[in-house]
Amino acid sequence: MRLSFKIEGGDFTQAGQASSEVKKVLKQLGIDAKTIKNIVIALYEAEVNIVAHAYRGTIDVEIDDKKITIRLTDEGPGIPDIEMAMKEGFSTASKKVREMGFGAGMGLPNIKKNTDLMDIKSTVGVGTELIMVNYF
Amino acid sequence: MKLAEIAGILEAKIVCGEQFANDEIRYGFSSDLMSDVLTLDAENMLLITGLSNVQAVRTAEMSDIKYIAFVRNKKASDEILELAIENGMVILESPFSLFKASGLLYHAGLKPIY
Ligand SMILES: Nc1ncnc2c1ncn2[C@@H]1O[C@H](COP(=O)(O)OP(=O)(O)O)[C@@H](O)[C@H]1O
Ligand SMILES: [Mg+2]
Repeated sequence: MRLSFKIEGGDFTQAGQASSEVKKVLKQLGIDAKTIKNIVIALYEAEVNIVAHAYRGTIDVEIDDKKITIRLTDEGPGIPDIEMAMKEGFSTASKKVREMGFGAGMGLPNIKKNTDLMDIKSTVGVGTELIMVNYF
Repeated sequence: MKLAEIAGILEAKIVCGEQFANDEIRYGFSSDLMSDVLTLDAENMLLITGLSNVQAVRTAEMSDIKYIAFVRNKKASDEILELAIENGMVILESPFSLFKASGLLYHAGLKPIY
């Protein structure tokens, strides 16, 4: 099963819609609640990152009987130092992002914690690709 | 603690989810930082927050949190209410500060997550 979503940078009113849709689908598929929670928390932080830090992006979800693979790609400023960005507390978030309840530099570390596999690639001035996998 | 009791202590209005007034709630967590909430592993928890925007409800949705209390006299917008109802959540509105609301509920026996 495949799902795809378009995300607009800066649009906090929409942030979380894709994660919400994915949650509904996983529930319908009868995946256990703990696994769903891990997946959607990681996805939600990643979705918010596109809204908060990039110009626009796409979320592609692939679900088979063993796992869910989520690929988030965005056009944006990219991440100059991924190792640094992965550190808890590192953030370049704007005041607006902080007013939304994010921007404490906890997103990427929490994505790592909630996924079985996480891979992030980024090109400065082009964009970022984040792949996450969770096994059922 | 019963939800109705919590609402009483917080002098709060239950603006949605009145039908859950008899639910028993065990834990409380106070934060305006949604990333913080997203690190919790808790069931049966009331989120106490002054962040009354759609992201608070989305965060609760992803975290399987059913109960939210907005403090500092923050009001739930129509958009928030719609989303909360869709997800079967309860929303309280309290005039108290985050500190006062947390203190009163802690004193009354609501348990901390950590
Ligand atoms: N999709 C992205 N595009 C550009 N920069 C990003 C992206 N995702 C994360 N970052 C960078 O990594 C930092 C840390 O991300 P994160 O841990 O989610 O914390 P936060 O979003 O709260 O700042 C961000 O502040 C930003 O500098
Ligand atoms: Mg983030």
